[in-house]
Amino acid sequence: MRAVDALIECLKAEGVEVVFGLPGGANLPTYDAFYDGGIKHVLVRHEQGGGHAAEGYAKATGKVGVALGTSGPGATNLVTAITDAMMDSVPTVFLTGQVRTELLGTDGFQEADTIGITMPIVKHSFMIQHPLELPRTLHEAFHIARSGRPGPVVVDIPQDLSRADIQYEPVGDLHLPGYQPTTEGNQKQIRLAAKALANARRPVIYAGGGVVNANAAPELTELVTADRFPCTCTLMGLGAFPAGRDQWLGMLGMHGTRAANYAMDEADLICAVGARFDDRITGKLSEFAPRAKFIHIDVDPAEISKNVPAHIPIVGDAKNILPRLVAEYRALETDAARLEEWWGRIEQWRRRYPLRYDDTPDAEIKPQRMVQALYEATGGDCILTSDVGQHQMWAAQYFDFDRPRRWINSGGLGTMGFGLPAAMGAQVGCPDELVCCLAGDGSVQMNIQELATCTEYGIPIKVFVMNNGYLGMVRQWQELFWDKRYSHVDMGRWPDFVKIAEAYGATGIRLDDKHTLVDGMKEALATEGPVIIDVRVTREENCYPMIPAGQPARNMVG
Amino acid sequence: MGEPGTKEPLSLEELEAAGGIRTGRKHVLSILAENKPGVLSRIAGLFARRGFNIDTLTVGPTDDPAISRFTLTVDGALHPIDQVTKQLHKLVNVLKIRDLEPDETLARDLALFKVAADGAARGEVMQIVDIFRAKIVDVTKRSVVVEVTGTKEKIDAFEQMIRPFGLIEMARTGEIAIARGRGET
Repeated sequence: MRAVDALIECLKAEGVEVVFGLPGGANLPTYDAFYDGGIKHVLVRHEQGGGHAAEGYAKATGKVGVALGTSGPGATNLVTAITDAMMDSVPTVFLTGQVRTELLGTDGFQEADTIGITMPIVKHSFMIQHPLELPRTLHEAFHIARSGRPGPVVVDIPQDLSRADIQYEPVGDLHLPGYQPTTEGNQKQIRLAAKALANARRPVIYAGGGVVNANAAPELTELVTADRFPCTCTLMGLGAFPAGRDQWLGMLGMHGTRAANYAMDEADLICAVGARFDDRITGKLSEFAPRAKFIHIDVDPAEISKNVPAHIPIVGDAKNILPRLVAEYRALETDAARLEEWWGRIEQWRRRYPLRYDDTPDAEIKPQRMVQALYEATGGDCILTSDVGQHQMWAAQYFDFDRPRRWINSGGLGTMGFGLPAAMGAQVGCPDELVCCLAGDGSVQMNIQELATCTEYGIPIKVFVMNNGYLGMVRQWQELFWDKRYSHVDMGRWPDFVKIAEAYGATGIRLDDKHTLVDGMKEALATEGPVIIDVRVTREENCYPMIPAGQPARNMVG
Repeated sequence: MGEPGTKEPLSLEELEAAGGIRTGRKHVLSILAENKPGVLSRIAGLFARRGFNIDTLTVGPTDDPAISRFTLTVDGALHPIDQVTKQLHKLVNVLKIRDLEPDETLARDLALFKVAADGAARGEVMQIVDIFRAKIVDVTKRSVVVEVTGTKEKIDAFEQMIRPFGLIEMARTGEIAIARGRGET
């Protein structure tokens, strides 16, 4: 069979149900194999959309997402999605076509050095040098993408090699001598961590996207509820601990709650699980959690003590470590009363600083109200993707996630244009779920072409555009830190999102009255097929509270 | 969004202070990696990306043709080196990394010097060559090419001695290193 037919067999063996891609010259052979290969293919309108769709699929299902592109511009269009997957540790495989081997390095038509361009933004990459390598390489790519700390793997396949006739035999063994991720945490360290938790008087459990990636949300909840530990999550970790629980402090970080940020600031012990002490979390590093000792549980040893020195590092898979930590903790004699004073302090912050905004007396829709309305209209029961900006932060603050893999957004890279294609991918992975995208009027235009894909394939995502006519987050910073010099952030009145929706064969709805907002949203949710809901909100509203960048948490404003 | 900044310009001094100039002892990293295309680029790229400057780098085969040895010297405080080692470990093609302790390490550099040495000077150059146990490997009427091996310090010293005669060109390999045998000396 041809190498590309073997490729299809490999994808099937890896359990791939769907790929998102766009054909071109260099991957013509691959597409010929997809013609009747028996794997679902979604034809996207732009490779970046395909890349984010693969990420959305992966984040919603926990399986490896796959995107295809041709050589040159096909591959370079994937670069943003690959970087995004790297920053947020999304298990993804990107298959790119490459020019024929005889043209390599000659500046051939649609030639780009895909491996070179993507070198700093991949977990690993492979260039196929010989057709016989293809099957093993693909299996290695999937193994690397999904194991350890997940991430993107690029496989670049020259056109002529993909047509070669090879004998395909299923591959059982992988040859990756330099790749052995540590999954089992050290028992001694786990015991030390349990003791530290038992002795702490002001502990906080701080969980990140790693918990979601490890499918360890139930285990995290076990740990948090093994005692009355206060728990906060990063933007990427939302849903890892149910937001409805009493021990939930809300999200932490730049736009997190005061309760969460102040608790971190005053904690004597912080137990970080699958989180990486990003600058949006720590604020000014030298003044971050000055009284705390740190337990750091992470599958990636390079994250330990990268930003904050860990006193008790535990390298391994949270799913493996957390139950053992709970068992060790339960074996200790602990005094539940020791946390009472701490909770008194936390309750004080909660009472004094709840999330709040000034609602309007008239029909005008405040953006925060829009998120609350979406929560009411959906009953909170949906997968919500978002783009990047104010709307993303308001969603993180006001939409209470009670399960993991329900909140899909671009955290590390902060990619505008992520939300719509990610929703598309999530919907393909979870056809029975309601999938909504909360977008900004700036962000949504960056991959709006995928609406055509949604209509074509009957992918019924509901895209709620928080429309304030601004690049809102940049405007907010210009207002707060640059003397209100609004430099190039006014997006004006266009486009007409209702008409755009209609032009793409979707339904367009405009909502601009607070009083009918929830009903209007419910109507949109009941509409078949993809829908764009253009929600006109207050133009100049700021997202608060906030830690000004580079400052410590106790300097929160708003 | 990066740092918010303000409208106030940042002084160059502030920028430099924020950069955190790193000092510390020299580190010799010995890296075993799979002998595959692109591995050098991955390793070099990792250093560039994390803001590290590689002082010297040599790559060569080991007794196993499938494995290459990279010897790298870097200037850095202990903590960032630790971070770089961890990051290097994440490269799928990297098999083993050792941060070689200076006391337990044999490190050698090889250098070729083309020195102006006509007439009277030639004798003096040859004397210095002898003292350093170096070798003259090429001679013309006007110049000689000298081969020197040894520690970095020895080669630096040789260079200082020979420079006044007129150093036309020089080439150095950068250090290669190996850990001393344990308990055998």
